[in-house]
Formats: sequence, C-alpha cells, structure tokens
Amino acid sequence: MKMRFKAVLWEEWIVFKRKFWKITTTAMMSPLLYMIAFGWGMGKDMTVEGTPYIVFLIPGIIALSTMNTSYSAVAVLLNIHRLYDKTFEQYLIAPISIYQLVSGKVISGALRGMYAGFIIIGISRLFGVNIRISIPFILLMLLNALAFASLGFYAALVVNSHADMNRFSTYVIMPMTFLCGTFFSPEMMPQFIKKIIYFLPLTHASQGLRILAIGERFNWINFMVLFIYLVILFLLSLRQCYKVTA
Amino acid sequence: MNKGLDMIEVVNVNKSFNKKKAVDNLSFNINEGSTFGLLGPNGAGKTTTFRMMTALLKQDSGNIFIDGKKIDRDKDSIKKNFGVVSQHFSLQSEMKVWEILELHGMLHNINKKTRENKIYNLLKFSDLYADRDKLSKYLSGGMKRKLMLIRAVMHEPRILFLDEPTVGLDPVSRRDIWILLKDLKKKGLTVVFTTHYIEEAERLCDEILLMHKGRKIEKGIPKDLVKRIGSYTVETYEQGNLEYYFFKEHKESLEFAGKRQEVNIRKSNLEDVFITLTDTRVGDENEI
Repeated sequence: MKMRFKAVLWEEWIVFKRKFWKITTTAMMSPLLYMIAFGWGMGKDMTVEGTPYIVFLIPGIIALSTMNTSYSAVAVLLNIHRLYDKTFEQYLIAPISIYQLVSGKVISGALRGMYAGFIIIGISRLFGVNIRISIPFILLMLLNALAFASLGFYAALVVNSHADMNRFSTYVIMPMTFLCGTFFSPEMMPQFIKKIIYFLPLTHASQGLRILAIGERFNWINFMVLFIYLVILFLLSLRQCYKVTA
Repeated sequence: MNKGLDMIEVVNVNKSFNKKKAVDNLSFNINEGSTFGLLGPNGAGKTTTFRMMTALLKQDSGNIFIDGKKIDRDKDSIKKNFGVVSQHFSLQSEMKVWEILELHGMLHNINKKTRENKIYNLLKFSDLYADRDKLSKYLSGGMKRKLMLIRAVMHEPRILFLDEPTVGLDPVSRRDIWILLKDLKKKGLTVVFTTHYIEEAERLCDEILLMHKGRKIEKGIPKDLVKRIGSYTVETYEQGNLEYYFFKEHKESLEFAGKRQEVNIRKSNLEDVFITLTDTRVGDENEI
C-alpha cells in the first residue's frame, strides 16, 4: 500500500531532480520581478498599515508563489499527462487506490509550492529583508500549497483541453493574484468587492502569513478557511478521479 | 494453464458516445492462453472494446468478466492480473528507461530486490539493456513500443492487452515486436490485441474477432474463416472494377481464370473474409 503512494512521489522527485534548474529559475522569476518592481522600485519609501512596504509585500508574494507553483505543478502537468502523452493511464491501469493517487499528486505539488515559497524567503534574506519565520508560518504555507495543489488536481481532471486550462487559470488564479491582499490591503477595496475577496483562499494565506511575519498573534480564521478549502477541494479531486476511473 | 477455459467473457456490451453507437451488443469469449485479435478498420469499435476490457472505460450496458470476475466489481484485484500496451507511446519523457520500469514495479508493489532482477532480465530480453540510462524521449518508436511491452509484463500478469501494438512502426521494428510477443506467448500469457494489419492477425492470432461499425461480424480461427469463403481468390477486372471470386480448390480457380484476361490468382486471406462479409476493406473504411 505504502509503496504505491511512494511511487507517485518518487516519479515527481525524479522529474524534479532532472529539471531542477528550470523549476528553480521559473519559481524565482515572477516573484523576483514583483519584489524589484513593487517592493524596491515603486514602494521604496512607502509604508502600509505602519509596516515598510517591502515587509508587507514579501508574505503576500510567498503566498502567491506557493499558490502558483503548487497549482501549476499539478494542474498543467497532470492535464498534459491525461490528454497529451497519456501517461496518466499508467496510474489508471495500476492497482493503486484513488486515495493514494490523489494524495501522492497533491502532496508532491504542495512540496513544489513549498520549495518556491522558501526560495522567496531566501531571496528576501539576501536583500536584507528579514521576516519572522515560525512553525505556524510554515504550516500556513503548507495549507495554502495543499489547497491549491488539490485545486490543480481537480482542474486537470475536469478541463478537457490545454486551451481551456489556460482559461481556467485566467479566470480563477489570475484574479486572486492581484486582489487577495498580495500587493495591497483588501481594506482599500469597496465594501462589496471586499466581501468577495475575504471569501477567497489566497486572501487568508497572504493575510495570515503577513500577520505571522511581522510577529503578531496568528489568526485562527485564516487557518480554518484554508483548511476548509483544502478539505473541499481534496474531496472534489477524489470524486473526479473516481469518475475518471469508474 | 487451463487452456480452453474462458479468461475473458464479454456479454451484450454496448457503448455510445454522444448518442452514436461505438459498440453494439457485443458478445464474445477469449480462451485462457490463447492469442486473440480484434480485427477491423478504423472506427470498428476495437479500441473502445479494448478500453472497456482494460477498465479504462465503462460500458453503458452489458457485462465483462475477467477470469470469472466482473470488471466493475473487483477492479484492483483484476488490474493485478493484466498488463496493457496502449496505442500511443505513454512513456514519461523525462524519465530514463530503467526508471520507467522501476516506477511500474513500485506501482505493482514489487519489492526492491525482485524489481532490480526483473528490470535487468526484461531489459536483456528486449535488447534494451544498453539503452537503460536513456531518457525515453530519445528512444525510437520501436524501442518505445518494446519498453511498453516489457513494462506491461513486468508484474507477471495473466493477460496482456495491446492496442494496435505495431501501428506506425517500420517493418523491422514490427517484426521485433512480433518475435517478443511470440516469446511472451510461450510463457502461457493470454494475449489480446487490436489491429488493422491482416498479416499481423494471421501470423499471431489463434482466434480473431472481426468487427465492423461496433458489431461482431465473425469470430473464429483465421484459417477456418479463410477456408469458409474458399482458400483461393481470383482477382479480375470486370467493367473497370476489381472483382473477387473465391474457390475451395486451386484447380477450380485455375479453370475459372483460364476463361478470362487480366486475372490474379492468390491464396485467400482475412482481408478477403472481411470484404466478403462487409463489402469493406480492413485497411481503410472505403467500401469497395
């Protein structure tokens, strides 16, 4: 039983090792540009809610980067494996349980997301921005990564073309990138938009990470919301995977 | 090996896509230890039938039994008993040859030491040992198919399913695959494959199922099916059209041909059987 789950992780590990530099540079590129452009360029002398803008920005970018990498690592690759090179069929004809398959893919995607998050932490340290990294901070990052890896799994099985996969990202991932408290506080938004923003998972990831990064007491609501998203998306993934194999 | 017992039983199976019937009330059985071919032109329903037999697709109605077990009841234990080679090259492009086999071994819960032995033996058996450290994306079509074949038998299944195993391969690679399949058959495997190559079906199959437009046209031993229409074929042009006449004895065909010009006498084959039964060639869907 364990070996089959390990097999799913092992496949991802082999590919990760083989494409290490590609994966690393891709994970660095956008966040680094955001940090340079918005953090040190545009927001050099700015403060938000009494915090230097770069310190405000970095937890948001960690949340964003963890989301993007976890989601893409599962959604894009799995969609290609299912529709294009058909390697996903290897799992469907193997005696592996749906639970092991979904867990393996989601956890490996989340680990990639965590890796991307730690890269941002490393870069910010290099540039002299020291945010506080605690166990709750890492746990929240992990919850965020697991939730979006689950979303990626679900999307990869529901969406039936690569073009539609891009559209899914445009309508679901892109709005969260800019609206969920990554670059500015959601409090600045009009009331009705604010309600929607607080309903989205990335808002709770960036808000929770920011609170923890500046050393404030952590907010259980952020953890709970992300946990609920994770449970729902994981169950949807299981159901969809069952549909595909049934 | 209990040769003669049903290993696979397909009973009144139907499958439609967007209200179009892909498989229409199909029933047949496959004996344990035999090599069984599903033969038909593109669109005959071979791949749909194949995918239903390998639990990749669910039938709309009817039942499929593998070794007496209903396929949709006991999937996991059934999956341990079969290996699948699909039509497309479903190999992880960023993985090396040995890694692809290693992954398969892990998915089938084979312990590390046994895995290593099996990988070594299978790579030797298929002449892929020298290429074990190559990424699969750099293998030729024939090598990819060989790799898929040894991967499918690595967990020692009782049934091997192959969907158009030699499609797109050059004649040399095709022959290599046939040799591998014959060697595997000697080990007692039940081999089930789809093909639209007449020569492949005639060379490899103990029994074949002719399919057309989702339906069973005929099932039997290739030689018997050919005998039924007549072992000799006379091809002749009549009013610009190629016409076929079948004869049981060579002498009869010679007598018939003697009266005509532009004739060709040859041994009948499964293509002739198919043409007789459906007015369609196996190689393409154009009616003749």
